[in-house]
Amino acid sequence: MATKEFKCKVCGYVHKGDKAPDSCPVCQAPASEFEEIKPAKKGLNTNSNAYTIIYAAVMVIIVAFLLVFVSQVLKDRQDANVKNDTRKQILSALNITDVQDVAATYAEYIKGDFLMAENGKPSEQVDEADFKTSDKYKQELAAGRRHIFVAEVNGERKFIIPMNGLGLWGPIWGYIALNEDRNTIYGTYFSHSGETPGLGGEIATQYFQDRFIGKNVVKDETVALTVTKFGKAADEQFEVDGITAATMTSNGVNAMIKTVLAEYMPFLTKACCKGHEGGCEGGDCCEAEQTECDGDHAECDGDHANCDKHNK
Amino acid sequence: MANKNNEALKQPLWLNNPVVVQILGICSALAVTAKLEPAIVMGLSVTIIVAMSNVIISLLRNTIPNRIRIIVQLVVVAALVTIVSEILKAFAYDVSVQLSVYIGLIITNCILMGRLEAFAMQNKPWDSFLDGIGNGLGYALILVIVAFVRELLGSGELMGFKIIPDWCYAHGYMNNGLMLMPPMALILVGCIIWYHRAKNPDLQEK
Repeated sequence: MATKEFKCKVCGYVHKGDKAPDSCPVCQAPASEFEEIKPAKKGLNTNSNAYTIIYAAVMVIIVAFLLVFVSQVLKDRQDANVKNDTRKQILSALNITDVQDVAATYAEYIKGDFLMAENGKPSEQVDEADFKTSDKYKQELAAGRRHIFVAEVNGERKFIIPMNGLGLWGPIWGYIALNEDRNTIYGTYFSHSGETPGLGGEIATQYFQDRFIGKNVVKDETVALTVTKFGKAADEQFEVDGITAATMTSNGVNAMIKTVLAEYMPFLTKACCKGHEGGCEGGDCCEAEQTECDGDHAECDGDHANCDKHNK
Repeated sequence: MANKNNEALKQPLWLNNPVVVQILGICSALAVTAKLEPAIVMGLSVTIIVAMSNVIISLLRNTIPNRIRIIVQLVVVAALVTIVSEILKAFAYDVSVQLSVYIGLIITNCILMGRLEAFAMQNKPWDSFLDGIGNGLGYALILVIVAFVRELLGSGELMGFKIIPDWCYAHGYMNNGLMLMPPMALILVGCIIWYHRAKNPDLQEK
């Protein structure tokens, strides 16, 4: 640009030319009173429509790439963390806390993740990679796939059932560990994503979870285990005190236990053993089948096909 | 210069505190102060995010088109919060579980937008950084005070440890459940503002 613009500092007159005029034609100020008006930085008008649109587009694209990059780089670590956390929660239902090496401890205690068959038998062993988040169980339950984790603690068999439900503000979930009789509670674990800290959030604390230990679940083929208002638990066998001032969350836990465990009723009542009491000698035919299936429960017809594929 | 920097850092701690003077960030102050621990973590996360977004916006301040500056600020803050939360999930999973929804809440924290708009848009990166740290700590200070009172009187604990001895309960002392409700946080913030105005008469409105 050959032409520059000069502005008179006294009156504001703008002169166009290569250099400032000798004196201002309006107020007669000398050339020293003129200063050059520099064009906007780098010739960019930051208020123009084109600039605004391009700025927005470039910014969004950069941010999008950045977020995708971060998410891709960290995904494996995050998945591993989530999986480890799930394992930790399952172990916590067995009253095993303060775990250092989660994967090793999990492998030591948990014998497998089984799906419950129609007749209540934990039959099909599924890949452990099937579970990732607690949310997953909800979809699994809706799809009719009912997970049962089989564990062994001090030589005793325990069954762990994952649960999902709704609290006051958002999802709650938990695991309930049962003794071999499939009725007495060995331990529980509850957690939540957004219950009020100090009130509903207390379901995630040890003292609340310990209230369940030793209670029974099933009575007359229904889920009798109930979370009541605090101080209202009258029945030693089936009722558990809720949390003071967190009635809605306590109700959520109650509803979760009732609906989810009802789905597992055939398992809890050993439906597959019905009709052959005393006939199931040589082992419990409702037992989860593992690799060492010896196929000696001949009376339990129908499910034997499942044994064969383990007979390697 | 050093003096001015000191001011940027110190002013927001008390004299120009974002919560009790600018009345910013009240919403999250109510939500996370029932216990001391989330309050501290929230205060620190906000400090880090305000400082970082202040620096970024300050670097960009001359290029941002005026008409979409709020959107640009929002995108920067949201991107930062998302990245921090992803990093926490990958490297400090336990912390991220504890923070759960709070980390997302940072995006909506008025202190961020307030400081970006009021300070970072006009000042150099280093000043903006100090301003961010100062405001974040000022916010954290109020959160900690409120959470201290609420957890002590509401649960009888501090950081999850029992403080009120059992014999108090045996003699009829009871935890104040009202303390755990959000309105109580508002009342406590009100009390702090009351004290603050009493100490600084020039801030009193006639």
